[in-house]
Amino acid sequence: ENVRLLDRLSSRRAVVGTLYLTATHVIFVENGSETRKETWVLHSQISSIEKQATTATGCPLLIRCKNFQVIQLVIPQERDCHDVYISLIRLARPVKYEELYCFSFNPKLDKEEREQGWKLVDLNEEYNRMGVPNNYWQISDVNRDYGVCDSYPTEVYVPKSATAHIIVGSSKFRSRRRFPALSYYCKGNNASICRSSQPLSGFSARCLEDEQMLQAIRKANPGSDFIYVVDTRPKLNAMANRAAGKGYENEDNYSNIKFQFIGIENIHVMRNSLQKMLEVCELKSPSMSDFLWGLENSGWLKHIKAIMDAGIFIAKAVAEEGVSVLVHCSDGWDRTAQVCSVASLLLDPYYRTMKGFMVLIEKDWVSFGHKFNHRYGNLDGDPKEISPVIDQFIECVWQLMEQFPCAFEFNERFLIHIQHHIYSCQFGNFLCNSQKERRELKIKERTYSLWAHLWKNRADYLNPLYRPDHSQSQGTLHPQIAPCNFLYKFWSGMYNRFEKGLHPRQSVTDYLMAVKEETQQLEEELEVLQERLANLQKSQSGNNKVKSKQQDQSKKIGLYTSNNSLANTPQEYSNDLKSFPSRSPSQGDEDSALILTQDNLKSSDPDLSANSDQESGVEDLSCRSPSGGGCLPSEDSGKDSDEAVFLAG
Amino acid sequence: MEFAELIKTPRADNVVLHRPFHLAVEGTLCLTGHHLIFSSRRQDNAEELWLLHSNIDSIDKRFVGSLGTIVIKCKDLRIIQLDIPGMEECLNIASSIEALSTLDSVTLMYPFFYRPMFEVLEDGWSSFLLEQEFELLSSVTNEWRLSCVNKEFSVCPSYPPVVIVPKCVDDDALRKVALFRHGGRFPVLSYYHKKNGMAMLRSSQPLTGTNGRRCKEDEKLVNATLRSGRRGFVIDTRPLQVAQQARAKGGGFEQEVHYPQWRRIHKYIERFNILQESFIKLVEACNDQSHNMDRWLSKLEASNWLTHIKELLTAACLAAQCIDREGASVLVHGSEGTDSTLQVTSLAQIILDPRCRTIRGFEALIVREWLQAGHPFQQRCAQSAYSNSKQKWEAPVFLLFLDCVWQIHRQFACSFEFNEQFLIMLFEHAYASQFGTFLGNSENERAKLKLPQKTMSLWSWVNRPEEMSKFQNPLYEANSLVIWPSVAPQSLQLWEGVFLRWNRPSKFLEEAEKERIHIIKYNKELQAKVNALRRRLAELEAQQEEEEEA
Repeated sequence: ENVRLLDRLSSRRAVVGTLYLTATHVIFVENGSETRKETWVLHSQISSIEKQATTATGCPLLIRCKNFQVIQLVIPQERDCHDVYISLIRLARPVKYEELYCFSFNPKLDKEEREQGWKLVDLNEEYNRMGVPNNYWQISDVNRDYGVCDSYPTEVYVPKSATAHIIVGSSKFRSRRRFPALSYYCKGNNASICRSSQPLSGFSARCLEDEQMLQAIRKANPGSDFIYVVDTRPKLNAMANRAAGKGYENEDNYSNIKFQFIGIENIHVMRNSLQKMLEVCELKSPSMSDFLWGLENSGWLKHIKAIMDAGIFIAKAVAEEGVSVLVHCSDGWDRTAQVCSVASLLLDPYYRTMKGFMVLIEKDWVSFGHKFNHRYGNLDGDPKEISPVIDQFIECVWQLMEQFPCAFEFNERFLIHIQHHIYSCQFGNFLCNSQKERRELKIKERTYSLWAHLWKNRADYLNPLYRPDHSQSQGTLHPQIAPCNFLYKFWSGMYNRFEKGLHPRQSVTDYLMAVKEETQQLEEELEVLQERLANLQKSQSGNNKVKSKQQDQSKKIGLYTSNNSLANTPQEYSNDLKSFPSRSPSQGDEDSALILTQDNLKSSDPDLSANSDQESGVEDLSCRSPSGGGCLPSEDSGKDSDEAVFLAG
Repeated sequence: MEFAELIKTPRADNVVLHRPFHLAVEGTLCLTGHHLIFSSRRQDNAEELWLLHSNIDSIDKRFVGSLGTIVIKCKDLRIIQLDIPGMEECLNIASSIEALSTLDSVTLMYPFFYRPMFEVLEDGWSSFLLEQEFELLSSVTNEWRLSCVNKEFSVCPSYPPVVIVPKCVDDDALRKVALFRHGGRFPVLSYYHKKNGMAMLRSSQPLTGTNGRRCKEDEKLVNATLRSGRRGFVIDTRPLQVAQQARAKGGGFEQEVHYPQWRRIHKYIERFNILQESFIKLVEACNDQSHNMDRWLSKLEASNWLTHIKELLTAACLAAQCIDREGASVLVHGSEGTDSTLQVTSLAQIILDPRCRTIRGFEALIVREWLQAGHPFQQRCAQSAYSNSKQKWEAPVFLLFLDCVWQIHRQFACSFEFNEQFLIMLFEHAYASQFGTFLGNSENERAKLKLPQKTMSLWSWVNRPEEMSKFQNPLYEANSLVIWPSVAPQSLQLWEGVFLRWNRPSKFLEEAEKERIHIIKYNKELQAKVNALRRRLAELEAQQEEEEEA
C-alpha cells in the first residue's frame, strides 16, 4: 500500500496507490480519485526488474517491459519492496509453458469458436493461392513425423524433380537439417523464393544431393538459367563459420548459381543495438544531439535498412529478373525469416492486407520454426538467445507504411498489437520454438488464436487510406534504395509507445477512421431515406398514410465534429518556473472541456495488460478518434497527456 | 538599365533538362529579364519550366568538349541541370543568369514588372491593418490605445506608423522609452490573451550600458501591463552571459532593482550566421548521395537544425505557459528585437490563439509580427542554402519559424485551417516572388519603395478562392483550446516537405493526400445529400398531414 508510481519525465508527478500481484498480472490501483485508475502489466511482458538504492521516501523499483513500457514504483517499506522484487523475478521467468497466461486466459468463447479461430489462417490454402502444387512444385511428406527436420513443418513444398532421396541428402548437408524449401512462389513468372540454413561445406566439403536440390529449384523456373543464392550474413561471419564445418555455397561446385552476401548482423549485435536505442529513449529530457547521436550510435536504423535492402534485392530478382532465389543465413530461422517475409510483402499485395499479413507471419515465422520462445524469452532461458528479430521485421513494415501510405490495409496499431502479443503469451500462436513442440503441447486445444481475436476487432486496425483498387495496393512495391537514408525514421509510436505526450495529439488516422465510419452510417441512412421517400411518394399518390419511424437516425450526424478537443498542459519548458508561485498542474484543466460521451469509449483490446477503467480512455480519445477506434487501453494517460504518464494518473 | 544588355544569348535549342525523379527532357531554353524558361515543345506532352532568376541561389558550369553543363541551385532548394550544346552559348547563358539573379537594385526586381493575370478581388495591401486588429481588441478591453507616435517613422525606423501601447502611456513617454531601447524599438503589444487579460509585449534590449542607466517611462510602460500584485516575465532570447556582455556596447537587460515585479528568464535562441551555417549543413546532408545510414544521422545531428527547432519551440511554449498558466504578462526581447523575438512571439500566439491557426489569422500574424514588426526580410532572405556569399545578415530566421509551425501542425493535424503547402508557399515567396509583400526590410522601406502602389500583394493572390482551396487542410476542425506541443526529440522531425522536397519520391505521399481529401469530401457530400433528403421528407410528410387534416 501507499506505493507511489512515478512519472518518468517529471518527478513532480506521482500517484499513490496500491500494488497487487496476481498469478498473471501486476496491478496498480490508484487511490483517491473516484475512478480508481488501474494499471495492469502481464508478468510475461516484464523484461527486467531493477531495485534501486533506498531513498528517504522509500525503495524504488524499476520495471522494464518487453513492449517498451517502463514503470517506476516507490515502495515505502524496504522489506515489501524486496518481497515484491523476489516474487516478480520468479513470476516473470516461468519455467514451464503451463505457467504462461494463455493457458489460463479465457475470452469466453466456446470450443467451436476456438477451433474456428485457429482455422482462420490456413497455410495449405495459402500455398494454393500462390499456385502450388503445380507442374513444378509439389508438397512433400518427407518430414511427416518431423523425421528429417524437427524445426520444419510437416508439410513442405519442394521442386517436383527433388526426390525424397535428394531432400534427405541435402538436409544432411545443411545446419539443423533445414533443407531448401519453398517460401514464396510467383505465379506470374514461375520465379520463387526458397529458404534453408547454411551448407556444411567447411573449406571443401561437397554434397551431390544438395547440388541436385539447387539444380531442381532452378529447373522449377524454366524461364531462367540460374538462381541467386543469397547469404544474409556479413561475409566475414560466413567465412568464420567455415572453420566450424559450416559456411556457404561455392559457386564452382554448384552449377548456375550466383552467390551474394548481404550483410545483416547476427542476433547478438541486434540485441545490443536495441538495448542502446532503448537507453536513448529512456533518457530524461535528452537534447536533440543526445537523441540523434544515440540513435546513430545504436546502429538500429542501419540494421533496419540492411534488412530492407536484402528484401528489396530479392523482390527485384523475382519480379523484374524472373530469377529464383535461395535465401539462408546460419540456421535459416532469423535473418532468413526477416528477409523472405519482407520480400514477399513487397512482391505480393495480398500480404499487405490484414488477413494476408497474418498468413505471412504464420508462413515465414511460425511454421518454419522461428524460435519464438528463445528469442522473446517467454520461458526462463539463455539471455543470449533473446533478440528482437521479429520486432525488426515489424518495423520494416512500418517503414514501408510510411513510404507507401495507401498500400496497406492495416494501420500502425495492428503492428503494435501484434508486437505486444508476441511477448504477452496471452494467445497460443507464438508459443514454443517449432511446430513440433506446439503440436506436442496441444496448443490449439488449450489456447486461443490471436488472429481470430484481431480479426474480430478488425475495424480498429483498418488503414483509412487503403483502397484495394489503388495503384499502391497492387503489384510490387518499389521502395527507393540507397541513397535515401532519410526515408528511415525512428518509430516513436513503438519504442516510446507509452509516452503518449511524445506523440502527435491529433491522429490523422483515427480522425479519418471516424470520418469513414460516419460516412458509412450516412450511406446507410441515405438508402433508408431514399426508400422512405419512394414509399411516401407512392403512398401519396395512393393517398395512404405512412408513419415515419426513423427519426432517430438524425442524431448520429455530426458525431465526430467538435470532438477534437484537447486536454493537455504544458511540459516543463523551463526549470525557472518551478520556484515561482505556480498554479498546480492538477488545477489547470479548465480549457480541457471534453465533449466526449461515454459511449464513445470503446477499448479495442480489453485484454491487453492494462488499465481497464474508462477514465484513462478519455484523454486518449480526446486527441484520437471520437468513435473510439480503439486506443490501446494499456496506454495510459493521466490528466496531463503531454507529460507522458505511463501509468495511472 | 536594360535587361537586354545582360542577355547575350536569349535562346538555345537542344538543351537537355535533368531533374531528380524525372526523365531527362530535351527542349528550348529562353532567357527573359526575370525568367529562365525551358520548354520541351514536344507535341504530345509539352512541358514548361519557368524559373524566376531571383529564385536562383547559385550556378555552376562545367564543360565536356563543346557540351556545357549548367547546374542551377535554387533558393527553394531545388537543383536542376541543363546541358547546353556550344561552349559560347553556354558561357553566355551562365553569365546572364548570374547577372540577372544578383541584381542589386530592388526596383529592378520582378514584382515591379509583374502584371497579374487574375482579377483582384481584394487588395492584399490593405487586408490586414493594425486598426482592424485594434478594433477587435477594444471590444474586450479598454486598457490599450493606438499610437501614431511613429507616423513619420521618426521614433523607430523599423516600426510601423501605428502601434498598440498601454492607454496610460502617452506619446511623449513613448519617445523617451524609444531612446532607451535599441533601435528605438520600445515595448508594444504583440498579443492580448482574452482568457485572462494577460499581454505579451515585444521590444529590443534596454540600453542600460555598463553604468546601469534606467528609464522611468520604460518601467512605467511595462508595469502598466501588470495586474496589481502580479508579476510578469521578461523572456530574453540571449544567454545571460551574452546579455551581460551587451552592456559593454551600450545594450543590456532589465535589472531586478528597477523592475522588481518582473522575473527574467534567459532562453537562448541561435541567430545569424550560426543559423545560416546550420541551414547550409542540413541541406548538404539532405543532398548527400552516400549510402551510409550512420553518416546521414550524424550529418543531421551535426547540422544542429533540429536543436534550433527544439530551442525555439521551447522558448515559445514557455512564453505561452507564462501567459496562460501562470497568468502573467510577458515581455520578449533579444538584442534588436527583429529576429528571435518575433519567432517567439509569433509561435506563442499560434499555441495560444485559435485564430492564428486559420488561414486569414495566420496571414494576419505574418503581417503583424513579421512584416510590420520590421523583420528585415530582404537582408535575411537574400540568399539561401547554396550561396557562397556568407553575408552576416543572411539567416533563415523565417524558415525556422515556419518549420516550428510545421512541427506544431504535425502534432495537431486537425487544428489548423491551412495545410503544409501553405507553409511551403510562404517559404518560397519569402525568398523569391512575383509579389512585393516580402520586399524591403521594414514598413518604412516599403513605403519609400511605394510597394503598395507599384507591386501586387501576395495576399491578393492567395486569398482568391481558387488559390485558397489548394491551401486548405481537409482535416480542419476549429479547436478553441490552447495547444501544447511536445518538444521532446522524439516528437520533432525533419521537415521533409521543404528539405527533402526535391530528392524524395513524392508520388505516393501525394496519392495519400488525395485520398485524405477524397474521404473528407465524400463524407461532406453525403452529409449534404442526407440533409437535403431529410428536409424533403419532412416537407412531404407535413404536406401529407395537412392534406389529411383537410
